[in-house]
Amino acid sequence: MSWITARRRHPAAGYAVVVLGLVLVGVVYAAIAGYGASAAGLPPGSSAQEVAQGRELFEVSCATCHGLNAEGTARGPSLIGVGAAAVDFQVSTGRMPAKTMGAQVPQKPPTLDAAQTHALATYVASLGGGPPVPAAAQVSPAGANVGLGQQIFVAECAQCHNFSGAGGALTYGKYAPALTSATPTQIYEAMLTGPQSMPVFNDTTIPPSEKRDIIRYITQTRSEPNPGGFSLGRVGPVTEGLVGWLAGIGLLILAAMWITAKQREQ
Amino acid sequence: MSNADKALSGVGGYLDDRFRAARPVRSFLKKIFPDHWSFLLGEIALYTFIILLLTGTFLSLFFKPSMTQIVYHGSYTKLNGVRMSEAYASTLGISFDVRGGLLMRQVHHWAAILFLAAIMAHMLRIFFTGAFRKPREINWIIGITLLSLGIIEGFVGYSLPDDLLSGTGLRILEGVLLSIPIIGTYVTFFIFGGQFPGQDIVPRMYVVHILLIPALILALVAAHLFFMFHQKHTQFSGKGHTDRNVVGSPMYPYFMAKTGAWFFFVFAATAGLSTFAQINPIWLFGPYNPAAISAGSQPDFYMGWLEGALRMMPAWQITAWGHTLSLSVFIPALLVFGALMTGLTLYPFLEQWVTGDKREHHVLDRPRNAPTRTAIGVGGVTFYGVLWLLGGNDLIARFFDIQLYWTNWFGRVIIIVGPIIAYFITKRVCLGLQRKDRELLEHGVETGIVLMRPQGEFVEVTRPVSEDSRAVLTTRNEVPQLTAAQTTDENGVPSPAGHGVMGRLRTRLNHVFAEEIPLSDGHGGNGHGGNGHPELPVGADDKRSEPSG
Amino acid sequence: MTDQDDHFDGPRGDRASRKRTGIARRRVIGTPSPATRHLLGDDGAGDRPSAVTKPRELPADLPNPERAKRVERVVALCFTISVLASLAFVASYVIFPIHSIDKVLKSNLGLGLSMTVALLALGVGATIWVRHLMPQVELTEARKPLASPEQDRAAFRETFTEGAEASQFVKRPLVRRTLLAASVALGIAPLVLLRDLGPLPRKQLDYTAWKKGTRLVVFGSNNPITPAEFSTPGGIITVIPEGTAGDLEALAKAAVLIIKFRPEELLPPTVLNWTVDGIVAYSKICTHVGCPAALYEHTTHHILCPCHQSTFDAQRGAKVIFGPAPRALPQLPITIDAAGYLVAQSDFHEPVGPSFWELG
Repeated sequence: MSWITARRRHPAAGYAVVVLGLVLVGVVYAAIAGYGASAAGLPPGSSAQEVAQGRELFEVSCATCHGLNAEGTARGPSLIGVGAAAVDFQVSTGRMPAKTMGAQVPQKPPTLDAAQTHALATYVASLGGGPPVPAAAQVSPAGANVGLGQQIFVAECAQCHNFSGAGGALTYGKYAPALTSATPTQIYEAMLTGPQSMPVFNDTTIPPSEKRDIIRYITQTRSEPNPGGFSLGRVGPVTEGLVGWLAGIGLLILAAMWITAKQREQ
Repeated sequence: MSNADKALSGVGGYLDDRFRAARPVRSFLKKIFPDHWSFLLGEIALYTFIILLLTGTFLSLFFKPSMTQIVYHGSYTKLNGVRMSEAYASTLGISFDVRGGLLMRQVHHWAAILFLAAIMAHMLRIFFTGAFRKPREINWIIGITLLSLGIIEGFVGYSLPDDLLSGTGLRILEGVLLSIPIIGTYVTFFIFGGQFPGQDIVPRMYVVHILLIPALILALVAAHLFFMFHQKHTQFSGKGHTDRNVVGSPMYPYFMAKTGAWFFFVFAATAGLSTFAQINPIWLFGPYNPAAISAGSQPDFYMGWLEGALRMMPAWQITAWGHTLSLSVFIPALLVFGALMTGLTLYPFLEQWVTGDKREHHVLDRPRNAPTRTAIGVGGVTFYGVLWLLGGNDLIARFFDIQLYWTNWFGRVIIIVGPIIAYFITKRVCLGLQRKDRELLEHGVETGIVLMRPQGEFVEVTRPVSEDSRAVLTTRNEVPQLTAAQTTDENGVPSPAGHGVMGRLRTRLNHVFAEEIPLSDGHGGNGHGGNGHPELPVGADDKRSEPSG
Repeated sequence: MTDQDDHFDGPRGDRASRKRTGIARRRVIGTPSPATRHLLGDDGAGDRPSAVTKPRELPADLPNPERAKRVERVVALCFTISVLASLAFVASYVIFPIHSIDKVLKSNLGLGLSMTVALLALGVGATIWVRHLMPQVELTEARKPLASPEQDRAAFRETFTEGAEASQFVKRPLVRRTLLAASVALGIAPLVLLRDLGPLPRKQLDYTAWKKGTRLVVFGSNNPITPAEFSTPGGIITVIPEGTAGDLEALAKAAVLIIKFRPEELLPPTVLNWTVDGIVAYSKICTHVGCPAALYEHTTHHILCPCHQSTFDAQRGAKVIFGPAPRALPQLPITIDAAGYLVAQSDFHEPVGPSFWELG
């Protein structure tokens, strides 16, 4: 009898098998998840303006990857000409300063506060121009045409971000993030500057009024209640089928076992 | 006279005067139904079908099957001013402007999900217990037809509201139809009434969905149930259960009550899902536009396998003599569907050819006692399952952070390799379980009582299995083996049956199919021989028997 | 003590016998695992007293009337709950208004919850009734072999052959064959009637709404666009032929993506004569099965179709680099008109969308 077989009745035998199974699944999953090629470069920019505080912050937080004069290095693209809007988007969503260099830089809690972000954005804008941070009135969804916003969203945005803004997969480990927490300013800036893989929708292609329509559609949809019950993720029939089989058929089978169970005694 | 007697002679007499019903109705009331939870799966399908008919009738009173474009102004204010079809607008109306409308829509859609899931679960139960064998082959074919009709009915049904998600599905249907060789473009134009999307597809699907297919399903379900009644239900093995009887409780009042209770459970499950789980929120998808698309677009789960097949297929196309054969579409969408349904339909006949078993079967097989069939079944489930999984590969890639193209490649490889591995593993597991059964029969059940022998040795006392369990463990359907002796006569002349390529193939397959662990291999009766477990006879209580050698 | 089955296969084979399920629970020293207990018959089904034939098949009452009374109250409670829930359903219908998302949420919850409880209570009550209020029986019914006895089969054969002979069907092939021909001919009529389901495709799939000089207008706003407005590299937008905004059949073939590159970035097989200042136009309709192939990763220049992951390289003529699409996205030749707006030079030079038999 082998060593393992001799211990098959050990009190911890069952737990050991479960732990082994979990470890195996974890190792396999770690091997295949989270991969992707590094992001390619960003377009270069144009002219400049200086702000001292921004420059200080830049040297501390950004220069390691983007170069002392934002000219770019092997680790990060040039920021000359990206504009204040791009900087405000990346820093206020916490994507920058980046901690890891995987397929895509993920959103995380921002490390710089609003004032610091503004200074940084002004400094970078001073280096080469680029789109400015939109004003509050420019991004406000109030009074926007949400019906037109819906039509543009499903033709230009939903193919990556999904019909309700739940996000979606791109190639090589990249993804379009969910739009659940983006502020109107961030949404506007993202459309304007095309962060990472996202294309650029400048103000002459999708004018500011239409951008407001899209913002209203996004913000109104994500805050809209689900009248039919739990939303199941708002990703469509996949989760519906899962719930139908597991909750529906699963619970019904349990009920069937109860109905047909043999009586113990009368 | 009691009230019951009065009713019996009153109404009963009235009917019997006209229909001579006493004898047939009495035998109906006395009909015995065996009891097992897996026998209730088909009833889930039956009762969800009734729910679909009821809720569908309600919805048809409000739905407008028209693709005429209108500008919406209604309760769902987000879409005010947006152009959409009347079909979509009327669905918004049912959801937001009819009391109970959203609930009825959700009950209808959840019932459809449960309908198809139950058919599949029921089909698997029939397959793995061998209930499709003679005399039930025709009922099996009816069942596969019902599955196919159900899939089409569901697809057509959720495409009626003409929303972005289901409209994308219709677009894919158009692309699939176009790929049919020779007649593809004609079929497409005839079904859509011209170019996609046209004005005709929704009203035509409406007729198919509320009239043609439900009528077919109703007729086939009636036939399915009638045959099941006429041939009597199968039963699992057990003490006193033979191929010549049915053991259980009578229709009246037991089975009627249980099936009635089951109807309420099924309806309650559907209603519960419809209360707490939102399904098909068409207002979030928006109306269909051919220039619009959403990430993570999938069909309902029962079409997921076709979607997965389309995703994993490499780009194969043959262009020759001025014509194009689009294999990357035709193979996954049409050939896979046809091959699976044909394979399922033919399976009972293939198995009968291989086993040569022409007897009637009313006692169900335990899956482990038909290892090859179970292994084939698990291989088939694996094949279907990989296709189904790939149908959601973009959501899986996003949710589990796995590279998108890796999921496609995984599908391409595992679709071939997976079923083969599953076959071998399942077969070995079944044979292992058969060995375990044999051990139980021969050595008895370990009771946990430890006995010390005079020599100082400790042994565990075993007890033979109960009569009931013995009946279950020993009931096996022996597959007639087509041995060489049967295929050649005493002069060595091969019989016609074993002749030729097909004959030799049949003999080989027969040997594979008949592989099993024999119940008795000369090891000896109960618990004697090598392991020396002493036995407790059935009926002994707290007594320790003499160890017998 | 083993069970005695009553013999039931009488000449007509349809008398039922009766056995009672076992009752006594056995105590066993030691701890067999729960999984093996049923093998030992410890679920009470092991021992059966020998059955005795009595005139009644189904017992009228339960052996324990006290317990039956308790169970009866439980079942009645379940059914009462169901009554109340059904009334709650009617009340919800009346009380909860609709016509807005929030109100429909409450209405759905009220109606759905009351309906679920009403049905569930009925189901639970009925189940308890069957399991605990009806005396347990296990009866046996005999099966006759399904094949008819030989004399029935012979009689059938006789009747059938007599009829066939009397009908002259077999003996008069002329009548038989002309009848068959008439049935087949009549059967063609319903097939013929289907001809007008739709027009013949002819060459319709080969052309789209794009013509020489048709302006590209942005989807949604329907405004034409100049290269100066669409000048940021990495930009993409959906455009349609001017005037086709509400025409879904036209959009289904004519939806186009324009992508802005720096002119030096575009490579063969992109036809540079069909581009304007690095702006290239490709059909948005995927050549696999027709979904809009709309995802664009501007860093890799890949167009990804979200349906089945067909991937096209926009820098190189939208040729297929992954996935099931069999051919590249057709490129629309564009130029600028006198007013400076982007216009089409002509229709596509090949059919758009999924491949079909006559594609050639």
